[in-house]
Amino acid sequence: MDINGLFSNFGELTTTGLTQGAIYALVALGYTLVYGVLRLINFAHSEVFITGAFFAVWTWQFLWGLNQDSTVSGLVAVGCLVSAMVVAALASATIASVVEMVAYRPLRKRHAPPLAFLITAIGASIVISEAYAILTRRRPTGMPTLVSTDPLIHIGGVPISAADLLIVASALIMMIILDIFINRSRIGRGIRAVAQDANTAALMGINKDRIILLVFLTGGLMAGIAGVLFNVRIGVLTYSVGFLMGIKAFTAAVLGGIGNLRGALLGGLLLGVTENYASGLFGTQWKDFTAFAVLVVLLMFRPTGLLGESLGRVRA
Amino acid sequence: MRSAIDRVRAGREAVGAWWQRAPRGVRWAVLGAVIVFFYALPNKEFYQYLGPIPTTGSNFGQVLFTISIYVLLAVGLNIVVGYAGLLDLGYFGFFAVGAYTVAVLTSPVSDLNTQWPWLVALPFALIITMVSGVLLGMPTLRLRGDYLAIVTLGFAEMIRLAATSSEFLRGQRGFNQIPHPPGRYADGTPVFGVLDPRPYYWLVLTLIILVLIGVRNLSRSRVGRAWVAIREDEDAAQLMGVPTFKFKLWAFAIGALIGGLAGALFAGKQNFVNSQNFELLNSIIILAAVIFGGSGNLVGAITGGALVAYLVERLRGVELFGWELYEFRFMFFGAVLIIMMIFRPQGLIPNRRRAAEFADRRREVTVGG
Amino acid sequence: MRQRLARVLGGVAVLALVASTAACGGGSDDTAGGDSCGFKIAFFGALTGSSAALGINENNGVKLAVEQYNKEHADCPVELVSLDSQGSPDQAPQLAQKAIDDEKILGVVGPAFSGESEAANPLFAEAGLVHITASATRPSLAEQGWKTFFRVVGNDLSQGPAAGIYIRDVLKAERVFVIDDQSAYGAGLADEVKKVLGSRVVGTDKVQGEGKQADFSATVTKVKNANVQAIFFGGYYQEAGLLRKQLTAAGVNAVMVGGDGVNDPAFIESAGQAAAEGTILTCLCAPATEARGTFAQDYKALHGVDPGTYSDTAYDAATILLNGIKQGVKTRQEMLEFVRNYNGQGVAANYRFTENGEMDPAEVKIWAYKVKDGKVVPDREIPKS
Repeated sequence: MDINGLFSNFGELTTTGLTQGAIYALVALGYTLVYGVLRLINFAHSEVFITGAFFAVWTWQFLWGLNQDSTVSGLVAVGCLVSAMVVAALASATIASVVEMVAYRPLRKRHAPPLAFLITAIGASIVISEAYAILTRRRPTGMPTLVSTDPLIHIGGVPISAADLLIVASALIMMIILDIFINRSRIGRGIRAVAQDANTAALMGINKDRIILLVFLTGGLMAGIAGVLFNVRIGVLTYSVGFLMGIKAFTAAVLGGIGNLRGALLGGLLLGVTENYASGLFGTQWKDFTAFAVLVVLLMFRPTGLLGESLGRVRA
Repeated sequence: MRSAIDRVRAGREAVGAWWQRAPRGVRWAVLGAVIVFFYALPNKEFYQYLGPIPTTGSNFGQVLFTISIYVLLAVGLNIVVGYAGLLDLGYFGFFAVGAYTVAVLTSPVSDLNTQWPWLVALPFALIITMVSGVLLGMPTLRLRGDYLAIVTLGFAEMIRLAATSSEFLRGQRGFNQIPHPPGRYADGTPVFGVLDPRPYYWLVLTLIILVLIGVRNLSRSRVGRAWVAIREDEDAAQLMGVPTFKFKLWAFAIGALIGGLAGALFAGKQNFVNSQNFELLNSIIILAAVIFGGSGNLVGAITGGALVAYLVERLRGVELFGWELYEFRFMFFGAVLIIMMIFRPQGLIPNRRRAAEFADRRREVTVGG
Repeated sequence: MRQRLARVLGGVAVLALVASTAACGGGSDDTAGGDSCGFKIAFFGALTGSSAALGINENNGVKLAVEQYNKEHADCPVELVSLDSQGSPDQAPQLAQKAIDDEKILGVVGPAFSGESEAANPLFAEAGLVHITASATRPSLAEQGWKTFFRVVGNDLSQGPAAGIYIRDVLKAERVFVIDDQSAYGAGLADEVKKVLGSRVVGTDKVQGEGKQADFSATVTKVKNANVQAIFFGGYYQEAGLLRKQLTAAGVNAVMVGGDGVNDPAFIESAGQAAAEGTILTCLCAPATEARGTFAQDYKALHGVDPGTYSDTAYDAATILLNGIKQGVKTRQEMLEFVRNYNGQGVAANYRFTENGEMDPAEVKIWAYKVKDGKVVPDREIPKS
């Protein structure tokens, strides 16, 4: 226990926690959307996220010709970021839909039990992450620094960088757009209808498979953006980072109440802050342990999370 | 393609039907022959005639030991997943508890410095894993389905992280010089030596047979029927007066016990235990093995455990178009999981009752429906 | 090419010849043939899995040595058997046994990591198969009575203090932060550094190794607020690169000091050239000497990449075994004798072994290297106390 370690770094730990949490929240949306509609933990979602991160790096490498030592600034950096976000979001959405069509849809057609879905999800997850492992020869991939992580402003003596602001802001904007999309748009209404009662929705003329595909697509888009933001934060990418991100994002989703969009944001931020305080208190080696402990305790005592499960309704 | 699959299916059904109809004596004879085959397998004099079956990239005797440990784990997990229908993604954690208990009690580098012989530490390892199974089960077994899976996964990761980071469990430095099981030949050389893996394999094989007899009897007792009832419909079982929580806890504890036994055997053979032995992937592999083979069916679980452990090693050193296949083993393995689940979710050798449950489902519920 | 080869191998061979003639009482000339052909050496280490890069470096070094040998002895080539352990101790026994089963294998380079060594070495010792590790630096490995164990690098007890001494005497840092990755190697080094630096260590932290952690922000925060002049990192290049990059990004400019586990091009690659600049790497190897010769060029020519951490020591370990075969060693027993009495120059150091298989402490030279303009260049030799 290092009480001093916690308090002397309190401000910075909070900032890092929040930026990290914002990324967790974006990834958590994928879990929450799919769970809301299918009652299924999409174990392969971590690989959807990593796909976005890799495609972002490749965009910088091959489209912009940058490597880890390139310096970019101004408009070029903005161009890099925007193009990477577009490419990453598309790539992630594609992979997410491929997973749905190859791994889940055939099972649904066969009315397989939930256990079977979990197993195919694990299978898909292994296949995709191994593909990246082989492509990158299991080595870390460097990338240019696009957004400065130097302190930009100080709030109460706590330095906050442009990267922090970018990450939190992008995450929030994406969430707001998604929230509006789900609650206001026609398609969003379809998603909510399927989440409430898929068969009845189908009777009402909603194409269930298309809605489900759309849910995977949307979750993929969010994860792709999260991949870019992750790159901005970390600056180096390895094939194996997906698993931990996945499990933490899932924790965030459960923490906020799985199936609940706003819950995902709350859960993500809360988890990010908690695990950073814990690493200040016990040492960084206990950070992941804390995240798992939060997950386990939470599921045991309040499996419906803080805000309750809902994507259009409270689960019966 | 279609006709080939049909032919395989017809053949399998014919074999199944024959087995059901065969007289008792014939069944025993076949069983005896299978057992003899597996006892003979690690001898080079025998397996060199088996063509492509022995692994080329690593010693076959050693691989057989690994396979036997996987089979033992698959049998244990089959109780939890197959019989009681509880999805446990952290089963390997119990293996870790068993191995670590033996290591802490026997290794000279342990803080306890007890340095017990292996055989004395064994019962303690079994008790501690069983207790840890109950401790994990008590709070978590209220959860169902996917949530239970994630909690157990979380626990297994916590065990690994604690093993890596705590001083007492020595992290990656690990425990060395763990003693082997006792026993000497007439000329004084130890039965369980360093080089020859066969005695260990035979030991595990014998234990597997004992465990199988126990599990088979258990599954046909009141306990086994309670498990099936819980698996098929927990609420209905509860209403019919089955104390579901108690029996779920039993399933967890017995599964843990078998996992701990496997861990203790592994520690006794390996001589060295550290935190690298307990990757999460192992838990997933074992679960996949059980489901691959056919959960709820002992023969299925055994086949699954053996096949998965074997295939991984068999791919070692095999090249195709200049690619070392071993590099692709996990990918291949992931693909197998997907394909299996789509085309044969009940596993290679299904439990008949479970297969019926699956067939029932096809007419009933849709996930997300 | 041919000439360069001759220069590298010639020096090694001559020295080895002298040594073994003195020790074994006569060696044959190097035209081997007949029944002394078809021998193999094995490499044992991770070639796949998250810690594979180090193993690949070593395997490539061994490959180069074998390739060069075979070019000179086309009539009687030596085969390399690579055993992929994934760095995991539970795979180790079956692979060790595989090497033992193949009687043509006269020696093993590896196991690469200390953990797998603990699991595999008892088997090798029992079978009398000599194994020279190029990277397992845990001190206790030499103390378990394995007669077949040899190590062509110094152990953690020689490298750790050196890094501490460098920080204390050269960098003259008064405030130091020590981080390790909880691996046996990294934590071992960090402990030695802490011993040397004493009260200068104002903060410590532990992170996760083996590619399991990518986000070091909590550690970065601590380092930043501790306001230190130097950071010691005990661990491997992958985490070191990520950490250095994130430290620099957060505005921490204190010098990072790492051990030979960080000394890999991948470190600069993942940290980025700007961030990596000025990093001090201790290494148990002397800088480009005559003997080192064209190793780096040859390696690059063969594999298309620069040699990484332990490529050179693995090359040397393989060369020792190949010299044995060149001397006409035909059995494992002879190979064991040969290695035990070996005395010869390699590309990284001069090799001679103590009773329990450690490299002769007198031959262990510790140098500090510095990252300059994206290249690792020699800085100075570090005194041992």
